Amino acid sequence: MHQINCPWCGKRDEAEFQYQGDASVTRPKPNASEEAFFNYVYMRENPKGWHTEWWHHVSGCRQWVKVVRNTATHEVHTTGKPHDKLSKPKAGGRK
Amino acid sequence: MRYSALSVLWQGLTGHKGWTRQWRDPEPKKEYDVIIIGGGGHGLSTAYYLAKLHGITNVAVLEKGWIGGGNVGRNTTIVRSNYMLGPNTHFYEKSMKLWEGLEQDFNFNAMVSQRGVINLFHSDPQRDAFARRGNAMRMAGIDAELLTPAQLKKMVPILDFENARFPIQGGLIQRRGGTVRHDAVAWGYARGADSRGVDIIQNCEVKNILRSGGRVTGVETSRGTIKAKKVAMCVAGHTSQVAAMAGIKLPIESHVLQAFVSEGIKPLIDTVVTFGAGHFYISQSDKGGLVYGGDLDGYNSYAQRGNLPMMEHVMAGGMAVMPAIGRVRMLRHWGGIMDMSFDGSPFICKTDTKGLYLNGGWCYGGFKAAPASGWCYAHTIANDAPHPLNEAFTVDRFKKGRMLDEKGVGPNPWIQ
Amino acid sequence: MTTQQNRLPKGGQINRSKSVKFSFDGKSYSGFEGDTLASALLANNVALMGRSFKYHRPRGCMTAGSEEPNAIVEMRTGARREPNTRATIAELYDGLEASSQNRSPSLKFDIQSVNQLLGPFLTAGFYYKTFMWPASFWEPIYEKIIRRSAGLGRAATEADPDTYEHAHDHCDVMVVGAGPAGLAAALSAGKTGARVIFVEEQSFAGGNLCFERDKIDGKPAGKWVAGAMAQLRKMDNVKVMMRTCLFGYYDHNVMAALERINDHVAVPPEHEPRQKMWTLRTKEVVVACGSQERPMVFDNNDMPGVMLSTAVRRFVDRFAAAPGKKIAICTNNDDAYETAALLKEKGIEVPVICDVREEASVAATQAMKNGLRVELGVLPARVHGWHRVSSLSMQRLDGSAFGSVDCNCVAVSGGHSADVHLASQTGAMPVWNEKLQSFVPGKPTRAERSAGASNGSFALADCLSEGHAAGHEAVKAAGVKAGKLSAAPKAEKVPFGSIKSVWRCPGDGKAFVDFQNDVTAKDIKLAEQEGYVSVEHTKRYTTLGMATDQGKTSNINGLAILAEARGLSIPEVGTTRFRPPYSPVAIGAFAGHERGKTFQPVRRTAMHRCHEKLGAVFVEAGQWLRPQYYPKPGEDIMEAIWRESDQVRKTVGMCDVSTLGKIEIFGDDAGEFLNRLYINGWKMLAPGKARYGLMLREDGYVFDDGTTSRLANDHFLMTTTTANAARVLAHMEHGSQVLWPELDVHFCSATEQWCGVAVAGPNSRKVLEDAFGDHVDVSDESLPFMGIKEFNWNGATARIFRISFSGERAFEVNVPWRYGEAMWNAIYDAGQNHGLIPYGTEALGVLRIEKGHVAGNELDGRTTADDMGLGKMMSTKKHFIGQPMAGREGMVAEGRAKLVGIKLTQGSGRLRGGAHIVESLNDTSSAASLGWVTSVADSPATGTWIALGYMKGGMSNKGKKMYAHYPLRNEAVEVEICSPHFFDPKGERHYG
Repeated sequence: MHQINCPWCGKRDEAEFQYQGDASVTRPKPNASEEAFFNYVYMRENPKGWHTEWWHHVSGCRQWVKVVRNTATHEVHTTGKPHDKLSKPKAGGRK
Repeated sequence: MRYSALSVLWQGLTGHKGWTRQWRDPEPKKEYDVIIIGGGGHGLSTAYYLAKLHGITNVAVLEKGWIGGGNVGRNTTIVRSNYMLGPNTHFYEKSMKLWEGLEQDFNFNAMVSQRGVINLFHSDPQRDAFARRGNAMRMAGIDAELLTPAQLKKMVPILDFENARFPIQGGLIQRRGGTVRHDAVAWGYARGADSRGVDIIQNCEVKNILRSGGRVTGVETSRGTIKAKKVAMCVAGHTSQVAAMAGIKLPIESHVLQAFVSEGIKPLIDTVVTFGAGHFYISQSDKGGLVYGGDLDGYNSYAQRGNLPMMEHVMAGGMAVMPAIGRVRMLRHWGGIMDMSFDGSPFICKTDTKGLYLNGGWCYGGFKAAPASGWCYAHTIANDAPHPLNEAFTVDRFKKGRMLDEKGVGPNPWIQ
Repeated sequence: MTTQQNRLPKGGQINRSKSVKFSFDGKSYSGFEGDTLASALLANNVALMGRSFKYHRPRGCMTAGSEEPNAIVEMRTGARREPNTRATIAELYDGLEASSQNRSPSLKFDIQSVNQLLGPFLTAGFYYKTFMWPASFWEPIYEKIIRRSAGLGRAATEADPDTYEHAHDHCDVMVVGAGPAGLAAALSAGKTGARVIFVEEQSFAGGNLCFERDKIDGKPAGKWVAGAMAQLRKMDNVKVMMRTCLFGYYDHNVMAALERINDHVAVPPEHEPRQKMWTLRTKEVVVACGSQERPMVFDNNDMPGVMLSTAVRRFVDRFAAAPGKKIAICTNNDDAYETAALLKEKGIEVPVICDVREEASVAATQAMKNGLRVELGVLPARVHGWHRVSSLSMQRLDGSAFGSVDCNCVAVSGGHSADVHLASQTGAMPVWNEKLQSFVPGKPTRAERSAGASNGSFALADCLSEGHAAGHEAVKAAGVKAGKLSAAPKAEKVPFGSIKSVWRCPGDGKAFVDFQNDVTAKDIKLAEQEGYVSVEHTKRYTTLGMATDQGKTSNINGLAILAEARGLSIPEVGTTRFRPPYSPVAIGAFAGHERGKTFQPVRRTAMHRCHEKLGAVFVEAGQWLRPQYYPKPGEDIMEAIWRESDQVRKTVGMCDVSTLGKIEIFGDDAGEFLNRLYINGWKMLAPGKARYGLMLREDGYVFDDGTTSRLANDHFLMTTTTANAARVLAHMEHGSQVLWPELDVHFCSATEQWCGVAVAGPNSRKVLEDAFGDHVDVSDESLPFMGIKEFNWNGATARIFRISFSGERAFEVNVPWRYGEAMWNAIYDAGQNHGLIPYGTEALGVLRIEKGHVAGNELDGRTTADDMGLGKMMSTKKHFIGQPMAGREGMVAEGRAKLVGIKLTQGSGRLRGGAHIVESLNDTSSAASLGWVTSVADSPATGTWIALGYMKGGMSNKGKKMYAHYPLRNEAVEVEICSPHFFDPKGERHYG
């Protein structure tokens, strides 16, 4: 079971969170093109490896937590607040 | 060699010396008319129908590991065509029809067992939603019936009607639905394709898709470069990775779906029972194991393994409707990687690169779709144009706002 | 009752002063406290314990642990009947009832054992090649027969009466396995003061130690084990969990374990669970699960009486139960000599030790010195007997005969495999060690290490030193101060001699690899011959390793035989990944208390008891229980709904609407925030006013709707549908935290803080005046349509909203949750002079359908605002979520199905939700479906059945006659398409 380090609450079980998808896409400005919104809503890298994603701490502090996690190994590299810039490791981590 | 009771009898009397390889182990040729990337249920059925129906036999199926090692070997074996939205309804019914004649067609017993698929409902709105679906099925010529609680009790005596948190009000059944011995599907198609000249090449990983001047020219593999006039991707679970080799980005996320099997027990459940409100469905294999599953773990994953919260949730769903299974032991669990498209429906289509085709985005529906998927894909590849049955399964349906969203959850595949 | 004729006169860890009665297949026996079912049966000279899966061959126990493939039985009866319990780990209790399974009519005479004669035809995969003709015979005939003869034990058919608990714990170091390595690890870790959890699957510690013969720190091993356990139990920082199988190694070092709390008694004591499922989080793990001895593959190697050498040793040493009077030994390594020595000590005859190796090892030489007959370079050829071994034929390595011996038990040792199961669950691929002839754990990928036999260190002295070091190292790795490593427990250094594997002893009979599934060496070779050369293909084609023992005794032998057939080495063929669970786990244990009525929590509103008193029938709305209707005596549901909805329009009704989602929103930018969430505008809404709002998902489809009120410039109260309350909140949190953190907006759910009652009908104001008139002015001037007011009601803040879902003059009153009953009663009592009745969700539905208001049934996640007839609400003056995607071609296309009203044209019949709309009954194909019915009502206001639905062309069909087609019931009724505003289309009644 994933243990996710909520920046507000500390390490908590996956069961307390609601996954909320890819955090690498950013909502375009309101006046952006339909194409830009289309890419935001639908197009995904879907990487096998490090992925920046949202985990919403619904059964905790209800904050959206940004997580860098490996989709191949489930390892969590780092977590942060929504507007933190989180780095991805270059290579895959241990499983 | 043709399989029959007689052949088994003869071989039994002569020490089984005559059985030959069910498919060859050829070295890859330098060039093929069609290369299919992925030796799963869909890839193998595509090869089979290309050879059988379209006379295209200079075909290679390239498989990274062993054939049938993906989701065709990691599912809960259910086949059904109880879909509501037009394109899905007709497509899955085509698949159902192919299942019904499959074993005689490819001369391999895949144990297609039409034991019925039941969806339980617990409230009037749920009943109405199922009715809309069941009526759509009937109008498409597909069998569907509403079951009363009394009928349900007779068919599934271990359902709990007295103490359920969400009392069971009835069910929608498709009697022609059922289960199939999953591995045998891959093997049967492989054998059928191989005997028609298709090269099935295992341990051959595609590293790159070669293109030139807007058209595909071949693939680079762990066993060298292989040229091809047409290349067909068929790697659900990893579609994003393979498509990226051709510069294609898709509305797909990969998620893990867990499945479970119990120890073998004497017959207890004779149909497939789905408790959608509790994220649980179950059937019993011919060998005796209860085969059951639930919903996605709910995060992007390629790890082919799930985690405890979903396991507990699935089995709680089981105990909620059939508490007699409490002492039966779970023997194995595993995870399959689902290509979760952003509307829950698949892709079988051409791409912007000439000669490159896409088959993926199967979500939970991949296993039952294998025959029709191969059938339609073979048609699309052979004619460089879709069959009416897969016309709607394009990527640009998203651009056009013509999504096929059976569940109505939108582009959030992790939402249950 | 038979006596325990095979019980040794002394020794063993059993309590001879406590006799335990039990029955097997209806026959009574006695054993001792401390026995397992298997040891007690062996003590009673019962060797035949089960039948195999396919050929129904007689089987006895082969092992003494949870890896047992053969001796699996049905335990208990009735609702507690559990199939496939391993007799080797079932602890004996007084009154235990067990029966053999997969046999008919009896274990001794099983009619299906004729399958053995069909053996030549029932090879691997035979069923894939036959039963295809005729196709129609599959389900009714072939499959029925196959299913009936397959399967093992019978599950109960009644609800499991026992309970299961879930529990959690945390530690620095977890030590798995209480053999010598595990004990040493737990001791060295425990002494540092680190938090240690020590789990052992069995009820006793010691693993494969021979309690009397082995010596540790100069003491008999049994004494050392007892001392170590006593020491561990005294440590406050060490939690010892016996009878606890650590079955799953999950992500991030979260482990799952099953504690069998009351499986060793007939029925759990009152208020105690049967089992407890533990979720354990640990920083570091020491895997000390020991090793698994391999059987030898020779003809008839499945005959009852053929057992693993370590199992024979354990039965004799631990249980003082002799599996036979004359026990021949076949081995390819030194370990079985320990068994021979023990048997000799116990006075059990060992007629021969066949050793595959041609050179005498130290242990072999010692055995010869001790007068045992050792035959070198000799293999088992075949055992003979009827339901029990009576003799063993031997052969030389070249297959030439080497005479035979009489015996009634054969102890075999085909070598030991390190138990890499748990380590492999982490994804670390095991590595083949040619010298040990065993896979050993691969490089760890997680915070874990293996020690002792599960690390391939089979000698006792090594187990102790490795375990000792691993415990200490794990503490350090966990970041806890470990201090200096003390001296490890010591045992005599006996070199673990060489091993010589002969994977298939020559022979042409049935030689089993996977015993339970009846997979023979021939089956594996046939699979290879047919091209199933990947080990995964071989497993799937032959079912090797797929039985309840999960291949523990068969995996390596099967892999090796496949490797031989392919002419490759074992590592070239590969291994198979082990997946959880280590041992099968009851489904009920995973579910815990989430079953039956407690599957999910029940949410009740503050006024639940009021509804009960009024005789409400409740209905589930998600987890909520809501009053569906309040029947009068003699009234059926349809009559009650009719009466309730009729009365609301005539006088007045009250309805509990507490379940609607409520979100309090504060901040200077609250209006702007709502502007971005809803399709319509909010900034201009005046304080004290409410407005209907509709929000989209980012993909442009309708997400949710509700009435939102402005209580002050910087304070709004949003309502959501009952079903979407949680999702809307999450959506808003995304907006405020991720998309627009610059907005000054704060909000929280208030669904369970405020309860609500709707009062609707022409007399509604009179009722509220009587109820609250002293506190608030509810006149039209003071509280016009869509107005809101806050007031003080007996010290509590109350809110009153002039909103209407029914189309009648209506109000909604909210008070803090704890005042719910008081409010309900106040309104109810005040209403008695004005013809007030309570109404439930059904009447609520009828009233809103009559008004054409959409609800959950109309919001199926595929509808646009325009489909619902609310396209005009979409503001063009601002940006909002969903706006950019809502304009895509298909979402604004002409042919979309749009909201319509539908009414029954004839007097008889009824409408049903889920019906499809067709123009003519002559064409009811898919293509002819023009739409569908979403919500129906038997409407008092119109006097007929009406419905809402979606239809291609929407209101352009107005006035057209169609059919509501419901083939599931072979029903079709004529309907007319009309405006969805069936009643009071101008919306005049809610004014005034």
